[in-house]
Amino acid sequence: MAITTVPGTTRPPGRRDPYPSARRRAGLGRKVRDNLTGHTFLIGAVVCFAVFSWYPMVRGVVMSFQRTRRGETTWVGWDNYARIIDDPSFWTAWKNTFYFTVLALVLGYAVPFFVAILLNEFRHAKGYLRILVYLPVMLPPASALFLFKFYAYDPSEAGLFNAILAALHLPTSEWMQSPGMTMPAMVLASTWMNMGSAVLIYLAALQNIPGELYEAAELDGAGIWRRIRHVTIPQTRLILALLAMLQIVATMQLFIEPLILANGAGTGDSATSVAYLIYQHGFFQNDLNGAAALGVIMLVVLAGFSAVYVRLTAKQD
Amino acid sequence: MSVPQYRKAAAIALAAGLGLSLAACSTKSDDAGKDASGKVTITVDCQPVGAQKELLKNWNDDVAEFQRQNPNIVIKSVSVGEQCNNPPDFTARLAGGTVTDVFYGYMTDLQQVLDSGQAMDITEYANKDTVPTWDSVDPALKEVFTDGGKLYAVPVKNYSMGLVYNKVLFQRAGLDVNNPPKTWAEVREAAKKISALGGGIAGYSEYSAGNTGGWHFTSLLYSQGGQVLTEDGKKADFNNAMGKQVLQNLKDMRYGDNSMGSRQLLQWGDLLTNAGAGKVGMFIGAPDATQAIVSQFQGKFQDWAMSPLPGQDGPAKATLGGGEGYFFKKGLSPEQVKAGLKWIAYQKLTPGKGQFDYVRAKPQNYPVGLPQPLLFKNGSDAQKQEFDLRKANANVDTANFAIFEANPVPIKGEPRNAQAIYAVLDAAMSGVLTNPNANIDALLKTAEDKVNQLLAAGS
Repeated sequence: MAITTVPGTTRPPGRRDPYPSARRRAGLGRKVRDNLTGHTFLIGAVVCFAVFSWYPMVRGVVMSFQRTRRGETTWVGWDNYARIIDDPSFWTAWKNTFYFTVLALVLGYAVPFFVAILLNEFRHAKGYLRILVYLPVMLPPASALFLFKFYAYDPSEAGLFNAILAALHLPTSEWMQSPGMTMPAMVLASTWMNMGSAVLIYLAALQNIPGELYEAAELDGAGIWRRIRHVTIPQTRLILALLAMLQIVATMQLFIEPLILANGAGTGDSATSVAYLIYQHGFFQNDLNGAAALGVIMLVVLAGFSAVYVRLTAKQD
Repeated sequence: MSVPQYRKAAAIALAAGLGLSLAACSTKSDDAGKDASGKVTITVDCQPVGAQKELLKNWNDDVAEFQRQNPNIVIKSVSVGEQCNNPPDFTARLAGGTVTDVFYGYMTDLQQVLDSGQAMDITEYANKDTVPTWDSVDPALKEVFTDGGKLYAVPVKNYSMGLVYNKVLFQRAGLDVNNPPKTWAEVREAAKKISALGGGIAGYSEYSAGNTGGWHFTSLLYSQGGQVLTEDGKKADFNNAMGKQVLQNLKDMRYGDNSMGSRQLLQWGDLLTNAGAGKVGMFIGAPDATQAIVSQFQGKFQDWAMSPLPGQDGPAKATLGGGEGYFFKKGLSPEQVKAGLKWIAYQKLTPGKGQFDYVRAKPQNYPVGLPQPLLFKNGSDAQKQEFDLRKANANVDTANFAIFEANPVPIKGEPRNAQAIYAVLDAAMSGVLTNPNANIDALLKTAEDKVNQLLAAGS
């Protein structure tokens, strides 16, 4: 069969374009003209990212190797890093942050998944239930946390949780004031605040699973747990992995919970997170260079997690 | 307009708007500070926010009157919300170079302001010509804002701490309101009796978050004759018997006597909220704490009285003193500095004007008669004028502060790098107030290490 070509769209192999640069110029100009709107929007986005995201990041890295005294800036090499690692709160902050992340993975990651499965199973009032689950997300985080701080976590018996515990004849807790309870209490509040978004994402993933798979599993005699294990989890594997990664990155930046629920460091250093330690160095200890160094360390750690995630998911795909 | 054209126009407008808003981010003070007509313009902060209608009207009246008296000066006042009493906001503005030409700072902020390179040396400008009451201003306060023989700010307020107590709760607990506790042992006894009233009342309340815990630890330490830093300011000096005594006493009251209430991790507003609600028997604070209880936290003036800071075995050895002042941004022209000083002199340092306009404040129910601000040196003309005016216009019962005023305790200033040190000491305070098993030695050792580290970093 003869190969037909449309004139002007293809060139015979081996034949050189007599006016390559002129064509390219015309092409580029036309491309820009044709996509003027898109490019204009793109410029806005690029400028926004450059000014508000990339520049501060680069500036932070530069600052982490400098020291400013009396308005004079000098290069001090790794001094800020050495000093920040020597801070007695440094390892405590990392320990607290990892502890929060692990708890958040166990609670904040698993609970929304099971809530989504439950919602997916309901036959009636689905819309209302979704709204109910999503409602806390609409509350500004600060308001939600103040609600927990003054209402739910009140250490006296007037507090909501303590009143419930007392009614059940269980020992009450001092919540945020008890060093052992600080992290679990923060994870609980954080999970309640953020669960709605994760549930919606899981629900979307669950509804993309073909119904025939469940029908086939049921025909094979699979109960609910086996259906979850052999159908739901494998089918939502990518979403689960993505949300796990996002959860790690988000929870490692733990900040607003200590700031509001624990008024900062909490009891002793029990609520000090890495992000809060950055804030403390920068804004209370007048040590912006140390804060920048700690910020860079955190950036490297989070970038490491992200790289591992990209690698793992690439292999799975 | 067709749809594609509309989209293009919108995109261009968006991009242009973004560019303009970015340009607007880089505001700076009026260039030479002088306009074509030869007027000098200065920007000043701490204008009351819109919600504070009366205060804002007073401020605007002061600006108008000052400009009438000084037709060559234009005051551009800026309301920066929390900046005037919020260390993180202040730090951000300082680091970002967005402070106003004349800007507010705590006495503890000098080091930070100098480090930022934002402060101007005003030694040659601050004198009787620019500030008529300059010679009456307490030299000790000027010294606080002096570094290497150079003056960097004008003090405008000074305070010292004492024991603030609720007379109503004292009476209900069978305590003598005219004979408040003089030692920490007596405070402990009184706190037990007050907390025994029940209803969630704390006999004695204390801070432990937002730098305020460290601030009060310092004051408690001073009361025993201790100090936070060694004389040369190079090392921490609180990990000793006196520091332990401070924390042990609090721990005993909190967990031994259960007389400090259940809610801890309090910062400034938290404690005053509880106090305003009548749930606090005693706390340490400056006279203006009672003002805040009334104006911000729905308390009543007549419920509160003040006595000197208690000591360990007798009168307190020293009490913490602090205050605030106004810095001048580096790069101002001499005319701007002089204009700024004149404004500060008018608004903050002239009896009968601005903050000392007691005739105006009295009917507005702003408290007149508090033993504060202590700005002028003993025996000076300005001190006498201010005292007479205050007495003539008092709208609070000055008898409530009589014991405090009649028994002055030597004032000891705040340590170098105070805010940073206070932030560290918060952990020691929160440790003993929230953990019945807190190890005081370990808390003090950790705090000592951290303070030594930050002092070494700053040197």
